[in-house]
Amino acid sequence: MLEAVLKPGGDAATALYIVAFSLFIVGIKQGTHPTTAKRGNLIAAGGMVVAVITTLLLDGIGNWGLIAIGLGVGGAIGVIASIRVQMTEMPQMVALYNGVGGGAVALIAWSEIRHGIAEIDHGAIASIPLDTLIPVLFAGVVGSISFWGSNVAFAKLQDLIPTRPLAVPGQQVINALLLIGIVAACVDIAVNNGDPSQAIFIGVLIAAAILGNLVVLPIGGADMPVVISLLNAFTGLSAAAAGFALDNVALIVAGTLVGSSGTILTLEMATAMNRSVGNILFAGFGGAPAGGAAASGEERPHVSIGAQDAAIKLAYADSVVIVPGYGLAVAQAQHAIKEVADELEKRGVTVNYAIHPVAGRMPGHMNVLLAEADVPYEQLREMEEINPEMPRTDVAVVVGANDVTNPAAKNDPDSPIAGMPIIEVSEAQQVIVIKRSLSPGFAGIDNDLFYEANTSMLFADAKQAAADIAAEITQL
Amino acid sequence: MSLMTEITIFVLAVFVGFEVISKVPTTLHTPLMSQTNAIHGIVMLGGLIVVGYADDPLEYIIGTIAIAFGAINIVGGFMVTDRMLGMFSRKPKPKADADGKGGA
Repeated sequence: MLEAVLKPGGDAATALYIVAFSLFIVGIKQGTHPTTAKRGNLIAAGGMVVAVITTLLLDGIGNWGLIAIGLGVGGAIGVIASIRVQMTEMPQMVALYNGVGGGAVALIAWSEIRHGIAEIDHGAIASIPLDTLIPVLFAGVVGSISFWGSNVAFAKLQDLIPTRPLAVPGQQVINALLLIGIVAACVDIAVNNGDPSQAIFIGVLIAAAILGNLVVLPIGGADMPVVISLLNAFTGLSAAAAGFALDNVALIVAGTLVGSSGTILTLEMATAMNRSVGNILFAGFGGAPAGGAAASGEERPHVSIGAQDAAIKLAYADSVVIVPGYGLAVAQAQHAIKEVADELEKRGVTVNYAIHPVAGRMPGHMNVLLAEADVPYEQLREMEEINPEMPRTDVAVVVGANDVTNPAAKNDPDSPIAGMPIIEVSEAQQVIVIKRSLSPGFAGIDNDLFYEANTSMLFADAKQAAADIAAEITQL
Repeated sequence: MSLMTEITIFVLAVFVGFEVISKVPTTLHTPLMSQTNAIHGIVMLGGLIVVGYADDPLEYIIGTIAIAFGAINIVGGFMVTDRMLGMFSRKPKPKADADGKGGA
């Protein structure tokens, strides 16, 4: 076994913790750009290795058998779960990992309370100092909320419980009462810090657990990624609080970083999904919209992206199908689109064009426009020919087309365009729709495609958007 | 460390966290969330300290579970992030299976 050599809180241990959190900062920074993200993740993992080894080397650390069991069991579960998870199940996996992190924080808080009470009983201290006790209470409450909230999020995404919003009558009132009760109990513990009650603390953990369940249960599956991100930020803050209680600089910095960067990330996610965080948390809707029910003009949730995001999706795809429509013809965007295709082909992406019989202003118009822009003839594919290939397509880009891609033609027998042949872009892994707005096309009906989970909207003039995307791809 | 030193560190870390995340492409939202998720697994250090200095049975159990939870958080978190970011590696082989368009 390693000889314990570092003094807790000593210069050497602190220096190593500084190395660790510096690596976290660099890792997060690199995680914000596609070309460096993978390396950034490895750098942050390296920081974690430094932090863990430093802690294991602290003077006086014992009970190696238990530590080995905890590390062995937890590490093995983490490895196996990560290898076996399907790519489509990633979000719930993150929820689960976030939950156990929150659970760890709550358990550590409980242990710290017990430790403090034991010291008082032995007469080592007269009372638990508030600068330890308050962070411990915060960590316990937030950790418990995060644990249970994340588990509910996991269960919803995994279809273990219904993804539709589940509301309890009087929900907001119950939540408020629980929160008031939790705060009051925490104040009671803090005021009686010479003789704090472990029973009340356990009651606080349980009340926080119920609150965590009640807050997340009414939220629909579509909003879950934002909720998970928010819980992630909370867990970070609770880890920082544990750091205050344990006087551990690595925990304070790393936890706080996650708390603040996680908050920004949550806001950006909500914006990208066209939702507000407050709306998600308190309005209790946001389940996947019932198909076709929204011709009433109310705004349905959709994902809006910029040229840079579109460029990233395209540049890292294997196969891309471009679906040109009337809007492309109007915007005279065929040359700009060809430029995007050229940039993609330079990167080894297979590009095809799906031509609907009525795309453009007249049959065959689109082929002419594209031929004019020097698109090779063999890349122009007829609708019947390209549709079977859609499920194998990574990204379908709809440029100024609308009704010819509306899945309602296939799925909704009551739709005015029922039975019309369409290019089945919604079968592709991802869809990017370049369009000026969500407004209906020629048929005057809403296009369900815009609101599907794998569809991103890029609101812009087709020509401008294509030029921007081409420029962004060259930057990658 | 004095409380004021700790608060100073905390406030500075808040601003570093804000600064470091600016304008992230939506494609990277989930991987980045997953990476920061793995980083808060650092709370496992708390479990190590609890167990390392513990001397009563319940504390052994609480602390060992905390370590296991933290280890799942760390190991699973970084590995899942790495898998997500696999899509940004240069040109893997064409995808074998075609189902699984991003679920709601």
